[in-house]
Amino acid sequence: MKGAQILIESLLKEKVEVIFGYPGGAVLPLFDKLYDTPIKFILTRHEQAAAHAADGYARSTGKAGVCVATSGPGATNLTTGIATAYMDSVPIIAITGQVKTSLIGNDAFQEADVTGITRSITKHNYLVKDVKDLASTVKEAFYLASSGRPGPVLIDLPVDVQLQETELNYPQTIHLRSYKPTYFGHPGQIKKAAKAIAQAKKPVILAGGGITISSASSLLLEFAEKINTPVITTLMGLGCFPGEHPLYLGMPGMHGTVYANMALTESDLLISIGCRFDDRVTGRVDAFAPGAKIIHVDIDPTSISKNIKVDIPIVGDAKNVLSSLLEAVKTPPSTSAWLKRLEEYKKKYPLKYKKSFQGKIKPQYVVEEIYAQTKGEAIIATEVGQNQMWAAQFYKFNEPRHFLSSGGLGTMGYGFPAAIGAQVGNPERIVFDIAGDGSIQMNIQELATVATYNIPVKIAILNNHYLGMVRQWQELFYKRRYSATRLDNPDFVKVAEGYKVKGMRITKEKDVKKAIKEALTHQGPVVMDFWVEEEENVFPMVPAGEAINRMIGGMA
Amino acid sequence: MKHTIQALVENKFGVLARIASLFSARGYNIDSLAVAETQDPTVSCITMVVNAEDERVLEQIKKQLNKLIDVIKVVDLTKKEYIDRELLLIKINNTSLTPEKIRELKKDLELEVLEENKDYLIIEFLGDHNQVRHLLSSLKDTEVRELVRTGKIAITK
Repeated sequence: MKGAQILIESLLKEKVEVIFGYPGGAVLPLFDKLYDTPIKFILTRHEQAAAHAADGYARSTGKAGVCVATSGPGATNLTTGIATAYMDSVPIIAITGQVKTSLIGNDAFQEADVTGITRSITKHNYLVKDVKDLASTVKEAFYLASSGRPGPVLIDLPVDVQLQETELNYPQTIHLRSYKPTYFGHPGQIKKAAKAIAQAKKPVILAGGGITISSASSLLLEFAEKINTPVITTLMGLGCFPGEHPLYLGMPGMHGTVYANMALTESDLLISIGCRFDDRVTGRVDAFAPGAKIIHVDIDPTSISKNIKVDIPIVGDAKNVLSSLLEAVKTPPSTSAWLKRLEEYKKKYPLKYKKSFQGKIKPQYVVEEIYAQTKGEAIIATEVGQNQMWAAQFYKFNEPRHFLSSGGLGTMGYGFPAAIGAQVGNPERIVFDIAGDGSIQMNIQELATVATYNIPVKIAILNNHYLGMVRQWQELFYKRRYSATRLDNPDFVKVAEGYKVKGMRITKEKDVKKAIKEALTHQGPVVMDFWVEEEENVFPMVPAGEAINRMIGGMA
Repeated sequence: MKHTIQALVENKFGVLARIASLFSARGYNIDSLAVAETQDPTVSCITMVVNAEDERVLEQIKKQLNKLIDVIKVVDLTKKEYIDRELLLIKINNTSLTPEKIRELKKDLELEVLEENKDYLIIEFLGDHNQVRHLLSSLKDTEVRELVRTGKIAITK
């Protein structure tokens, strides 16, 4: 059997249903075999979109996503998508063609050192030089991508290896002596944590993307209710705790809620699970949770005591550790006074925005309206910037795997292709991309993809004719010197129509409801170009490098 | 502070590059490096000496080393008891190193003259970190043409 066929057979063994990608010279043998397989192939119009689509598929389904590109420029175009997946621990398998083994290192046509380039943005990568290693490499790649702390794995496959013959021998099991993730928390540490929880007066849970990855949301809910402790979720953790639950405090950090940041600042015990204390969460590190003892549960030992010094580290899988903790905590702490205090903060400083003036559209209102009309059940992908923060603040996520956003890398152009991947993986669900007028243009060519396959993604552009988040910083910290942030945009309705996609422009608040309704009843993809208040800001906001209780716009 | 770090790794291509990039990405230089197969030909041992300005960063690098899929085990020897050796080959202008000086050096250092002609001498020296330092300072006044070192290897007691 030829290498290309072995690769296809291996992907079938891994139950791959769909591949996102783009053909080219160094993957011709592979694409020839793809022609005859039951695996669905989605041709994106740029390799970066293929990687993001595989990522959106993976985040929304929990299964590894697969993308394919040719050597050289095809592979380098994947890298932004790979880096995005790496920062947010998303399992994707990137397969890249490579020039003939005899030409590697010769500056051959479309050659790039792809394993070298992707070394620091993959969990692991492989250059397969012998077809006999191919099947076991694919097996290892899927295992590594999906186990422990998940992440992208790249397989670089020279074109001649795709043509070499060998017998298919797909391994059943895998043993890697050097890779043994710790799945169960150390019993001694669990005991210490349980003791600290029992003694706490002002505990707070900080839940991150790790909860979603290990499917621990229902255990988290049980745990929080048992110890009657409020829950904050990071951007990556949105949806891992019900957004409408009375114990829920929203998101912390730079654009978090006042009450989440106050809870962290005043707490005496911080129970962090599956979150890595990103600088956007902590603000000024020495003022972060200053009075709290910190329990940190994470499957990745490198996350522990990296940014924040931790008192009780527990290396393990969120689900296993939560179930151990549930067992170990016998007496829940008495938190009623603490909850009452936080309830006051919630009442006093709710998430809010100034209502519309002269019928202009408030971007937050668009998000609220999408939330209302989808009953909070849609999968929401976002781009990066103000659109992302408003989606995070005003859409209440009740389930995990419904909010897809580039948290770590902050990749503009992520949302639309990620929404495509999510829609392909969840054909029965409504999938939105909440976008900005800047970021949508970073992968707008994918309108051709949604038109070709009739992928009914709904794109809501919060069009403020600015790179809004950068403009906001310029307004607040650079004396309103709007350097390179004003956007002279194309006519998005015409652009959509040019791609044979339905386009709508909405410029008045009173038309928002109707437009979203129309988009939801339309069978195919839709572009909604909402012309929103141009200089609206995302508040509250913690200025960079400030303590998280020093928020502007939100405590007034 | 200088740290001696030892890693047992899969004997495969690319592993050294992965390790080296953890240091270079943080702007850390590797002072010395020795790599070779162990008694098990599928395992290589890498011994590195690095100068860590910030112990926290080094702690993070050690964790990251452990996280690399091809790394089997990482040990920081710095606070352990160990024996270390380094091999030096030195080419010195013959006129600047008299037989008396060699005899004097040989008194407390294990060195051997491998080659001698009217132009230069080639000296071999095997010793631990401190002896190497001692030798190098003793040779300060000689005219060294070339000096090559293996990088430190070490074994715990």
